[in-house]
Amino acid sequence: MNKNYGISSLVMMVFILVFSIVTGCKSGTKAPKEDEEVKLPENISEIKEDIDQAKKIFNALPSPLESAQLIKSAGAEFDGKLLNPVSKVNSYVTNKAMALNLGVYTCDLSFASLYEQTQLLIDYMNAAKKMADGLGILEAIEQEHIDRLEENINNSEVIMEVVSQTFMNSNSYLEDNDQPATAATVLVGGWIEGLYISTQLVELDDFNSNKLVGRIIDQKLSIDILIDLLKRNQGNPFVDELTGQVQKLKAVFDKITLTTGAVRPEYDQASNTTILKSEVKSDMTKETFLELKNVVAEIRNSFVN
Amino acid sequence: MRLFKTISVTALLFFSLSISAGAQCKAFAKKECLPQLQNYTHDGNYHAAVLVEGEEAELYKTFYSDMEYRVAIVGEDKLPDVEFMVLDVNKNVLYSNKDKDYASTWDFKLQSSQQLKIVVKVSSFNRPGETPASGCVAIMFGFKMKK
Repeated sequence: MNKNYGISSLVMMVFILVFSIVTGCKSGTKAPKEDEEVKLPENISEIKEDIDQAKKIFNALPSPLESAQLIKSAGAEFDGKLLNPVSKVNSYVTNKAMALNLGVYTCDLSFASLYEQTQLLIDYMNAAKKMADGLGILEAIEQEHIDRLEENINNSEVIMEVVSQTFMNSNSYLEDNDQPATAATVLVGGWIEGLYISTQLVELDDFNSNKLVGRIIDQKLSIDILIDLLKRNQGNPFVDELTGQVQKLKAVFDKITLTTGAVRPEYDQASNTTILKSEVKSDMTKETFLELKNVVAEIRNSFVN
Repeated sequence: MRLFKTISVTALLFFSLSISAGAQCKAFAKKECLPQLQNYTHDGNYHAAVLVEGEEAELYKTFYSDMEYRVAIVGEDKLPDVEFMVLDVNKNVLYSNKDKDYASTWDFKLQSSQQLKIVVKVSSFNRPGETPASGCVAIMFGFKMKK
């Protein structure tokens, strides 16, 4: 078959399909007269559910920058050995590996930036750029971003701004170009890296007093958001593989108790801020923590090796 | 062949328009929503969509007790007011911008980490017979360390 003819036919088929969907509701139907009784279908609840499902839903995982900030705010020390070495950057050649490691390197980059590790910051920005370029994400991380970092290496505000901007450029490009599964994969890579660094930074000796343990327990609140994000991209081979790994992680999170009382909003006029007050009870045994640490390490290592 | 060419060009135009709408939303989010975060650090996540009047969107996110947050939700000028509500996991409404003259930002902090749901609804101009207005709505989060 002539190649051009084949492409045209394919485009025509897609067009016809889209056209049918757009116009399908109108064709062959007649508007009811005003005095005519409109019978509602019996399965109205199913239809309502369908409408609800058609609603635009956003599942927001903590971004790499937020994950790194949580680690720092818990008083953890920086440990460069925990980051994924930039020397591995050339070994990621598949789209899945590049998407996961774009998330991983962006998290490492955020971690390095918050701890003012200036040389690492540039190295990790270059590694993230390589992943973004490999995925064809145009203009996500440009040389001008790296130059701006180098020029403002001691200005934490500019650094955070550049890191957040490059992450936004990546995920907005993927969303806008109809690659939500790849966007979800990047987010999963970043979230798992944050969880990996957190769990590795907790020693059993200070388990009961380490503030980071609380932040790790809090990640239980995001596991269902993550599963829902993956479900929305079911059928994509990257996502289907990740779902199995994340279900294994959820099984461990399910062993952690986390109960929250009623949330009471209280407005503070002085700061023009609302404080959401609530009591929370949580419990994670050392055994569960160790299991979580192992499962997270296993998943993370499958991403980076 | 001419028919194929015409259809192909139309189909490509259709797809380019949808990509262009996305790019337009990104530019809108950067220009109009991001500055509303002011001295809060943008978390880097991007949530924006084209919504039609009367349409709703939902967002689920975990917020942490160590941080102070600002949520900024902005719709294009051609849209009617954009209402947003923040709910806890038990569907209790914790905040509604309708009570604050449809303010586009809300600052909050938490005593303990929570998963919250944000419901965004484009209200309606109530102009029967006219094509409903549609436009970009962007949702962004900024954070800073709790003082």
